[in-house]
Amino acid sequence: MQRHEPYGAETASVSADAPIVSIRDVRKFYGSLEVLKGISLDVLKGQVVCIIGPSGSGKSTLIRCINGLSDVQQGSISVAGTEVNDARLDVVALRRKVGIVFQQYNLFPHKTVLENVMLAPRLVLKESRASAEQRAKALIAKVRLTGKEDAYPGELSGGQQQRVAIARSLAMRPEIMLFDEVTAALDPETVKEVLTTIRELAADGMTCILVTHEMGFAREVADHIYFTDGGVIVEHGPPAEVFSNAKDPRTRRFLSQVI
Amino acid sequence: MIRDKVHARSSVLLMNVTRIRWQHVVGAAVLTVVALAATLILQSEPESPVATLVRWMPFILEGFGLNLVMSFLAMLLATLLGVPLGVAQVSRVYLVRTVAKGVTHLFRNTPWLVVLFTVMYVMPMTVDLGLTRVDISDWAKATLAFALPVMGNISEIVRGAIVSVPTGQWDSAQGLALTRRQTMTHIILPQCVKRSLPSWMNWYALLTLATPMAAILGVREAVGSAQAAMEAGGGRPDFLIPFYLFLLCLFFIYIYPIALLTKALEKKHAAS
Ligand SMILES: Nc1ncnc2c1ncn2[C@@H]1O[C@H](COP(=O)(O)OP(=O)(O)OP(=O)(O)O)[C@@H](O)[C@H]1O
Ligand SMILES: [Mg+2]
Repeated sequence: MQRHEPYGAETASVSADAPIVSIRDVRKFYGSLEVLKGISLDVLKGQVVCIIGPSGSGKSTLIRCINGLSDVQQGSISVAGTEVNDARLDVVALRRKVGIVFQQYNLFPHKTVLENVMLAPRLVLKESRASAEQRAKALIAKVRLTGKEDAYPGELSGGQQQRVAIARSLAMRPEIMLFDEVTAALDPETVKEVLTTIRELAADGMTCILVTHEMGFAREVADHIYFTDGGVIVEHGPPAEVFSNAKDPRTRRFLSQVI
Repeated sequence: MIRDKVHARSSVLLMNVTRIRWQHVVGAAVLTVVALAATLILQSEPESPVATLVRWMPFILEGFGLNLVMSFLAMLLATLLGVPLGVAQVSRVYLVRTVAKGVTHLFRNTPWLVVLFTVMYVMPMTVDLGLTRVDISDWAKATLAFALPVMGNISEIVRGAIVSVPTGQWDSAQGLALTRRQTMTHIILPQCVKRSLPSWMNWYALLTLATPMAAILGVREAVGSAQAAMEAGGGRPDFLIPFYLFLLCLFFIYIYPIALLTKALEKKHAAS
């Protein structure tokens, strides 16, 4: 299992261009259904990687495996020096390094915006109230929601809720951010405000792995694109290549449908 | 009024006396005595059932106070035991989950009366606390007995509420590096409170309505007190209707507003 690990015992600090996320031959089963059929991909620090592909091709499953929300049966997943597919995994330590944002926002409905953002730093990082609050307010400002600190999620638009979800993840100071179709539940106007937030994050040097159906956005921000179908990566490369010169017929068919 | 009539009658007799002989006077005197005796007997005839009820009302209300105390304590106990039991029902540890389910279903599916008798006979009369011996009174045993079935039902309500929280809440909490325990206490359970409040109140109402069962064990709660009062008042059958009607009203006046509030909360929850 460790065979494919690119940098064995050493950690991410080895070299600047060693991948911060490295997935090797990952297989995942739901019962007898094989959902990931040997996936490999690498993400360098500061890179933005987009995963695109038809529904049911395993994109969400793949992204959830990176922070241990889903387990895998085979292969290795190395995240900032931590092996995820390991029985001795310290899952809390892993998740402190990896933020995740979902399609359905999943804000805590019984807590205000400020409380949503402050919660994990207080509980997990054991930050003082004052420091957590100060950072939370700065992050809320960063996603352009100053003034909404005391609102409850139910009082916000979808786009606003999604930006709170991003701020909430950032409050944990992650090294890597995962986005699973974060704009898919939004109407076209609010998609833009969320994409702006992600674009700024990418420009700040955050390592981002995005599952998205926003082809224009993927083309614009991604350093690398992975195309999945039926639990395998059928094609990958820089956006210009994949979008204009897709070699695999499945990629071509999918792109012709969505663009 | 009756006495006035009797007086009138005897004075009529006395008026006649002037015209008749002394034997008649004696006879009249005897008659008067009989009439007076009759008056006295009439006077000491049992008071009306309603009057008896009114006289015993403070005693019955005091008993009702014990119904309320038992209902509060039993509900508190049922909640303190039922919530962790409900959480244990969704534990990832097989043994914990199985035991919690067993306990829950045992107490949900047995008659309250049987639980009551069981607790009565299983629990010791006194507990030795080393230095002092504590008597466990019957009402305390009854309180525990009422708490157990409600505990089972609260456990099930809590389990249902936990699984009805969208899985996305678990995903995002765990994605933020919260442990399972932190997720449960800070994210999941707080959202269960609103969901389960109406059912919780419903069980409180049912519990309160069940407290008169303690009368079977001789606990002087409202019904037991009413029965004792009827006994003390002479145990007449005509007591039954007013006394039990009074008990009916007593419980209804207390429970019905709770039922209305439960309905209102249910509606509010369904709307939100
Ligand atoms: N909890 C689960 N139990 C069983 N099967 C599952 C489960 N979650 C996902 N699957 C299956 O795994 C496959 C991949 O699902 P996944 O959600 O990863 O796809 P996706 O690419 O994200 O699709 P979409 O674009 O619709 O979000 C699907 O066939 C799905 O039915
Ligand atoms: Mg998906």
